[in-house]
Amino acid sequence: MIHSSQKLVENIWNDDIGQAPTRDGYGKGVVEAGEKDARVVVLCADLAESTRSHWFKEKFPARYIELGVAEQNLATVASGMANYGKIPFIASYAAFNPGRNNEQIRTTVSLNDVPVKVCGMHAGVSVGPDGATHQALEDIALMRVQPNMSVIVPADAEEARKATYAAAFTDKPAYLRFAREKTPVFTTVDSPFEIGKANILWESEKPEVAIIACGSIMMNALYAVKKLSEEGIGTILLNNHTVKPMDEGAVIAAAQKAGAVVTVEEHQIAGGMGSAVAEVLARSNPVPIEFVGVEDRFGQSGETNELIKEYGMDTDAIIEKIKKVIQRKK
Amino acid sequence: MSHLHEDKIKFLEEKANLVRQSLIEELVEAGSGHTAGPLGMADIFTALYFHILNHDAKNPAWEERDRLILSNGHIVPIRYAVMAHAGYFPLEELKTLRKFGTRLQGHPERPIMPALESTSGPLGSGLGQAAGVALAARMDGKKFRVYCIMSDGEQDAGNIWESAMFAGANKLSNLTAILDRNNIQINGMTENVMPLEPIREKYEAFGWHVIDIDGHNMEEIVDGVEQAKAIYEKPTLIIAHVIPGKGVKEIEFDYIWHGKSPKPEEAEKFLAELRTLGGKIKSEHE
Repeated sequence: MIHSSQKLVENIWNDDIGQAPTRDGYGKGVVEAGEKDARVVVLCADLAESTRSHWFKEKFPARYIELGVAEQNLATVASGMANYGKIPFIASYAAFNPGRNNEQIRTTVSLNDVPVKVCGMHAGVSVGPDGATHQALEDIALMRVQPNMSVIVPADAEEARKATYAAAFTDKPAYLRFAREKTPVFTTVDSPFEIGKANILWESEKPEVAIIACGSIMMNALYAVKKLSEEGIGTILLNNHTVKPMDEGAVIAAAQKAGAVVTVEEHQIAGGMGSAVAEVLARSNPVPIEFVGVEDRFGQSGETNELIKEYGMDTDAIIEKIKKVIQRKK
Repeated sequence: MSHLHEDKIKFLEEKANLVRQSLIEELVEAGSGHTAGPLGMADIFTALYFHILNHDAKNPAWEERDRLILSNGHIVPIRYAVMAHAGYFPLEELKTLRKFGTRLQGHPERPIMPALESTSGPLGSGLGQAAGVALAARMDGKKFRVYCIMSDGEQDAGNIWESAMFAGANKLSNLTAILDRNNIQINGMTENVMPLEPIREKYEAFGWHVIDIDGHNMEEIVDGVEQAKAIYEKPTLIIAHVIPGKGVKEIEFDYIWHGKSPKPEEAEKFLAELRTLGGKIKSEHE
C-alpha cells in the first residue's frame, strides 16, 4: 500500500487527479529560487515558453539572458557566470542540452566544477509528434558519467518544483530532467523531497519485487503495483529521483527485502538509471533484474500514449517485466 | 601616444626573455607539450601580468581583480611561467609541468589552481566563458575588466562565433579579447587549413571594435589594451600578430613546433640563444 510518509494526493487513483507537465515544476521552482536568491539567473536558447523559463523572465527580466539558438554558448556563458558567482540555470531541450553541448558541459561546467544547473526539457519519447530528433533518450547516460555532476529526474510537477529549488543551492553542477507532456501530479507540497534520498512510495507486507523508478512515468509504475496487489503480488516501489549520487542504501535495502528488481525509466536501458542501479547491486547484493526502458532504438512520431506503449513502458509492460523477474527467482 | 616609460619597456622586455627561458626549461623537463604558441605569446603574457592586469599574486581570490580567461589552453605553459615569475608559486614548481600529482596540468584546471580562472583545452569555449564573467560583472556594477586570450586556429570552431555574436549583441565593453594570431595550427598554416581572413571585418560585423597590434612590441600591446578601455559601446578584439616560436630563430614560423617540446640538447641551444639576446627582443615588423 501507499507509504503514509509520502503524503500523496488523496485522489491518486481517481480520473480527476491533477495533471501538469514536469517542466511546469521547473518554471515555478526557478522563480522561487530567484525570489530567494538574487544570484539565480536563467539563460535561454530561444525556447522561453516551452521550457517555462518565460515565467522567470516576466518576474526578473534583468536576470534573464537570451542567447538565441546556441546551446554550446548557453553552456559556456553560464560557466563564466557561475565562475563569477551567479547560479545559472540553462534550459533547453535535452536533445541539445546536454546533447549538443555535451563537451562544453564536461569541460567548462563539470571539470571546472562550477554550479551551473543544466535543465533538459522534453526528454523521452513522450514528447510525441516531434519525432526522434527531439526525443532525448540518452541524456541521463551522458550526464551521470561526469564527475561532480549530479543527476535528478523528478517524478511529477510538484517534485520537479522542489528539485529545481533544491538544486539551486547545492553549489555544484546539476542535471535536471523534465518532460513536455502532462502527467498526474501525485505528490503534494508536504511530500518529502531531498536530493540523494530515494522515497518509498509503495510497500506491501511481503514484497516479491522492488520496482525502482524515476521520472514522469512513475504513475505507470504506481498503477502497476496497485494492480499486482489486487492479484496478491506484493511489491516495493522506490522513487529513485536522484540517479546520482544514488541513494545506495535505499536501493540495496529494497533489493534485499524483495529479492528481485525491476527498474523503470523513459530512457535508453543502456547507461540509464537502471544501469546505475545494476552497478550498485552487482557489487553488493546481486538479485535478478529486469529493465523497463527503451531497448536500443530511436523514438518516432506519434501520440504520447502510443509511443509509451510501443516502447514498452506502459503499465502492462511494467507488469509483464515484474512477472518475468518473479519467474526468474524460482 | 605611448603609455609606457622607456625604463618600463626595458623591464618588460627583459622579463619576457627570462620567462621564455623558464618556459624552455619547463618544457624540456616535461618532455611533451607545445612550444611555438607559448613562445609567441611570451611578450603579451608578460605585459599582462607585469603591467596591465589588476591582480594580487598573494591574494588570487581578490574580488576586484581583472579576470584573464585563457581559451586556447594548450599554451598554458607560458601562463605558468609568467605566473611563477609574478609570484603565484615558486619557479621550482615549473619543473612539475604535466607530471603526476602536479598543479600544472597539461591543460589548465581551475579547481586545482583557482588563479587560472577557468578550465580549458578543448578549443572554442573560452570566449563564451569570458563573456559570461563580463556580463555577470556588469550586472553587479563591478569595474574590473575581463580579458580572453584565444588562438587563431580555434576561430574555426562554431562556439567562438556564437560567443562573438553574444558579446557584440550585449555590448560587453568590459571584455577585451586578444587573438593569438600566429598563423599556424596543427595541420599547417591557418589560411591553408581553413582560411580565417578577413578576420577584422568578421569581428567588426559582429559588433566588435578591432585593433591590430604587433604582439612583440610592448608599447603596442599596452596601447591596444588602453584603447580598448576607452571604447564604451563594444567589446574589443586585439589582433596580436605574433611569431610562433618567437625568440628562438630556428623554430620561428615552423608549424612543426606547434605541438612538440624540445629535447634536452635542443633546449640547451635555445636557452643559449635566448640568453645572448639579453632582453633585447625586437619585432621583425618594425
